[in-house]
Amino acid sequence: MIKLLHHLGQYCIMMYRVISKPKKWSVFQKQLLLELEKIGLNSIGLVVIISFFVGGVVSIQTAFNMSNPFLPSYLVGLASRDSLILEFSPTMISLILAGKVGSSIASEIGTMRVTEQIDALEIMGVNSASYLIFPKIIASIFFFPILVILSMGIGMIGAWVGALSAGITTIEFLSGLKYDFNSFYVTYAIIKTIFFAFIVSSVSAYFGFYTKGGAIAVGKASTQAVVSSSILILICNYILTDLILS
Amino acid sequence: MIEIRNIEKHFYENHVLKDMSFSFQKGKTNLIIGESGSGKTTLLKIMIGLYASDSGSVFFDGVNFNQLKNKDQRILRQEIGMLFQGGALYDYMTVEENIMFPLTMFTDKSEEEKLERVNFCLQRVNLENKNQLMPAELSGGMTKRVAIARAISMQPKYLLCDEPNSGLDPKTAILIDDLIQEITEEYNITTVVNTHDMNSVMQIGDNIAFINDGRIWWTGNKEELINSDNKELNEFVFASKLFKRLKR
Repeated sequence: MIKLLHHLGQYCIMMYRVISKPKKWSVFQKQLLLELEKIGLNSIGLVVIISFFVGGVVSIQTAFNMSNPFLPSYLVGLASRDSLILEFSPTMISLILAGKVGSSIASEIGTMRVTEQIDALEIMGVNSASYLIFPKIIASIFFFPILVILSMGIGMIGAWVGALSAGITTIEFLSGLKYDFNSFYVTYAIIKTIFFAFIVSSVSAYFGFYTKGGAIAVGKASTQAVVSSSILILICNYILTDLILS
Repeated sequence: MIEIRNIEKHFYENHVLKDMSFSFQKGKTNLIIGESGSGKTTLLKIMIGLYASDSGSVFFDGVNFNQLKNKDQRILRQEIGMLFQGGALYDYMTVEENIMFPLTMFTDKSEEEKLERVNFCLQRVNLENKNQLMPAELSGGMTKRVAIARAISMQPKYLLCDEPNSGLDPKTAILIDDLIQEITEEYNITTVVNTHDMNSVMQIGDNIAFINDGRIWWTGNKEELINSDNKELNEFVFASKLFKRLKR
């Protein structure tokens, strides 16, 4: 419990330093563009592949479990759509990004810490926390929702392909996709994703920023970042779902 | 001038620095010598505020660093150049970007002016035309020289060097020592060098502080060091057969 409070206090101190006006906007913009590329653009491939295949599997499993002839075929499209929008795209993609982006952030900052690059920034008079972490948080908050929306689209294409292989026609599948669509589900997914993006970027940066030691410590920080981000995403998911949907 | 007064530091039960006081002179190469683990790097990091001391103060030309607000400490740090043991170059930037970084952050110079300054600094450390290399492509000696170029890019009043020639061959080590001394005299800055390399001590030791058992055990210059009869100092300095011969 004391250890948890210690981490919480240190995290708050770090965030107090992170959220400050950048010293030079031109430098901040340059950093932000770099982070958008690293965090966002470089994750597109992974998101596309995972979303396509998971979408396909969801529709095949739905079709497989609908053995009752009284259940209409369009339900495959409807179930796939809601599964993807409500849970898979925001939560599962954020968990996957916690692994990819979170470990990358923690190891990058952790390596900078153990090789004294962060000390070098501090000695120059640069607010190292703000310079290194703020652009990562902004880039994550901006790009995670884009990746999640992309995931929804690609997931539905995958679901359509899966539905075809399960004997559902395109017309049946599309009517299921459109049936009783509630656009608030997308808003709900994006709200969740923004919270998840903040958790992944800031928690991973925290573990990297306070790394002590050498290569083993960097590896440990990276693991801690992924584990902690994932747990916090799941807790946050429960709380937000309870608050927003109930 | 940098002055430390009554610096104390514990790491848990370990009393690392005990009531340390010393003056690092302007225009001179001041050396802190002592065995590995004697607290040299800790002292250097306390001087620039990377570690907090348990008690005591650090004065930069009469200004008490410890009493400054964070913002003012950052402003003062812009006048400090630091050379880290491993160089601490930003590995995602080229040599040119590394040296240009403090100029971009803290000055309003145009790109041409910044580039001119970068080229001047690189020329000063004999690394012309290496602008576009990445840190991973540099040798140990080149890394140290680029780090020196970055440290002097803002024309600092104080230059702090942590083990500047550790891991270097003797010839390159002498090159780095000479460079540090030349820069110190040329710009009349206060230079503090942490080292346990006796060649460096004999080469550039204008004002030396020997740390032993967590205290400033002995102070003097390189001539006084050779003739000193301090037992602990002699055991440290003249540990090798070569230096024992020098003592005789």
